[in-house]
Amino acid sequence: MFENLSERLQAVMGKLTGRGVLSEADVDAAMREVRMALLEADVNLGTVKEFVARVRERSVGQDVMKSLTPGQMVVKIVLEELTALMGRGESRLVFSGRIPGVVMLVGLQGSGKTTAAAKLANLLRKQGRSPLLVACDVYRPAAIDQLESLGKQLGVPVYRGEGTDAVAIARAGVQHAVSTMRDTVIVDTAGRLHIDEEMMAEAAAIRTAVHPDQVLMVIDAMTGQDAVNAAAAFAQTVDFDGVIVTKLDGDARGGAALSVRAVTGKPIMFAGVGEKLDALEPFHPERMAKRILGMGDVVTLIEKAQDAFDTSQATDLEDRLRSGVFTLDDFLAQLQQVKKMGSLGDILKMIPGANKLPKDAEIDEGALARTEAIIQSMTRKERAKPSIINGARRERIAAGAGVRVFDVNQVLKQFAQTQKLLKQVQTSQKGGKRRRFGMPGLPGGL
Amino acid sequence: MATPWYKRLGDGLSRTRGALQGHLNVLLRRGPDVDAVFWEELEDALIQADIGVVATTELVGRLRDAAAREALPDAAAVLDRLAAEIAAEARVPGDDPFASGPATVLVVGVNGTGKTTSVGKLAANAVAEGRRVVIGSADTFRAAAIEQLRVWAERAAVPVVERAHGADPGAVVYDTLAEASERGADLVLIDTAGRLHTSTDLMAELVKVQRVARRESAHPVRTVLVMDATTGQNGLLQAREFDRALGLDAIVLTKLDGTAKGGIVVAVARELGIPVVRIGVGEGLEDLAPFDADDFAAAVVGRGD
Ligand SMILES: Nc1nc2c(ncn2[C@@H]2O[C@H](COP(=O)(O)OP(=O)(O)OP(=O)(O)O)[C@@H](O)[C@H]2O)c(=O)[nH]1
Ligand SMILES: [Mg+2]
Repeated sequence: MFENLSERLQAVMGKLTGRGVLSEADVDAAMREVRMALLEADVNLGTVKEFVARVRERSVGQDVMKSLTPGQMVVKIVLEELTALMGRGESRLVFSGRIPGVVMLVGLQGSGKTTAAAKLANLLRKQGRSPLLVACDVYRPAAIDQLESLGKQLGVPVYRGEGTDAVAIARAGVQHAVSTMRDTVIVDTAGRLHIDEEMMAEAAAIRTAVHPDQVLMVIDAMTGQDAVNAAAAFAQTVDFDGVIVTKLDGDARGGAALSVRAVTGKPIMFAGVGEKLDALEPFHPERMAKRILGMGDVVTLIEKAQDAFDTSQATDLEDRLRSGVFTLDDFLAQLQQVKKMGSLGDILKMIPGANKLPKDAEIDEGALARTEAIIQSMTRKERAKPSIINGARRERIAAGAGVRVFDVNQVLKQFAQTQKLLKQVQTSQKGGKRRRFGMPGLPGGL
Repeated sequence: MATPWYKRLGDGLSRTRGALQGHLNVLLRRGPDVDAVFWEELEDALIQADIGVVATTELVGRLRDAAAREALPDAAAVLDRLAAEIAAEARVPGDDPFASGPATVLVVGVNGTGKTTSVGKLAANAVAEGRRVVIGSADTFRAAAIEQLRVWAERAAVPVVERAHGADPGAVVYDTLAEASERGADLVLIDTAGRLHTSTDLMAELVKVQRVARRESAHPVRTVLVMDATTGQNGLLQAREFDRALGLDAIVLTKLDGTAKGGIVVAVARELGIPVVRIGVGEGLEDLAPFDADDFAAAVVGRGD
């Protein structure tokens, strides 16, 4: 089974480059794969059908660019269309300027609203606002305590009203913001099913009571085909301005994000990428497009590396990743940085094709030390040109590192795999915009 | 205290639910013909139930063969046959950890699937059956998780063992099992923190928690994955990873009171052979039901009530 669309299309369309125009038959085979890839990523069936029709129309008769294979040509078209569908660039929160500004969060149970509310408070505070969190989930046990505790962690005040009338609490919360000079209110609401009329009416009533500048729907990235049912119902009864997609730190392809965008036309504004309260990022549609297609996310990989490396090192790594020059020395340096970056497994998951690595590629601490010793037992020449490492050299290296020849073979194999992966990354980046590193900085202005 | 939350699941709910379910019955409304359009719509219905494109293709392929071979007379017959096949796939042999003698059950899953709520419901259920239940609050990580479970313990009228926020979850398990043996409990339910199956560290933590449970428990230790019915294809990856790390005995499938069908459990059953033993159908203490493969399958093919 092919993990990413690029490989699939290569397999069904052949690897020859520059083959004139895409034939009807070529495109048919390709569209079956596109459909399959999107459905496996949980893109809604209706959205998939429309999308495939559009890509088919654009593809038939298309000239294949000289440098591309027919498969890559289709990937290019798919990516362009997918990015267009996701919306371009970042979408920001829009405040009317009225004080206090109000943001209201809605969504299904367990989607991550309360955590998202706290993360949003954190983000807005970093942008110079003074948020107040308002706890309107009067149903779920300890939901209010949860928000209060998160607020305490952040040093952001939390308003918890009296009684069980969520609408009244929301209204009083906004009043409280006025009297305590907070300029932004974030209203956390209870999770609710989109078919629960009473609860949907409650959400609509909260909206009417506090006139939010922005209503955001919080959606779990792992949601399947049902995402559009929920989103469409929320759009209709409560209406919302944008979406926060949560739990994107996992391995969900996140097709639901695309479907929701396609079906409701609302932009995805933020991505939740961890349980920590700073793990909320502006949403990048083009990265999401690649993720949905299983094409990895080299940009995120590089940014993650950047947190651990200093900038010059990171730029260096980026250049190497892009140029495809990657030696055993780099491999070693990278392994040594891995500890700082979190588990290697997490990082590998972001590399296209890495999910196909053998399980033993999940290096444990012991193996890390072993690998270090093995590479250090190599000569400069060997490190630069591993192909010269023959049997005799392997034995010498093994003796030097105090390991078995088998271990040396393993390291060389892993290195070769990494190198291959990087080549793939590089190919999939070709033609894409070259993106320089900026400083991590705050997401601008919202 | 909040207004009785379960009161909210009133008539309005079932009314809308009926309307939304209607679209799946399109398969029958179009008449008895088994033509190309029928097959396409059938495939669509399965995909929309999150069965997954691979399993769907295979199921429909098999069904087409059977329909031709056995000359199934009409659409209704084909649908019944399909429902039977799906039910057969979903009906995985295996012990029900909540109904096969004394046990310590570790409740695990990704964030927000309904673990804590399910622990509350399961405890109430077991108490109603006359069992002695103790629950352990091993989610020491998420804010107010301990307080949340405490409320459920009160509702179910069972003792809960806790430590402070941030405490070692293994230590909570240790305390819980000590308390359980002192009280002569025959069902111990342990709520754990939600975690993504991709987080190596957090999965390792859970393995440790399980080890403590196995070491300290007087009863067999069972591990149950709580899965949200709205989960798409990622559900299979979740089940795979939790199973790989812990060895899963069963699944509780929650949030079936919405419009999602939870079809991903078919893929999980096929690949991993893990049975679904309970379903969650609401936020109330009583909103837990045994899993019925036939009902499940009927809902997936749109022949539910
Ligand atoms: N509609 C519906 N909601 C449910 C069901 N089970 C749980 N919920 C809701 O889902 C939300 C999350 O439930 P929790 O029990 O807190 O989930 P959890 O898995 O313990 O969450 P974490 O501990 O944060 O990972 C709550 O709002 C519950 O009320 C169900 O069967 N149906
Ligand atoms: Mg919980």
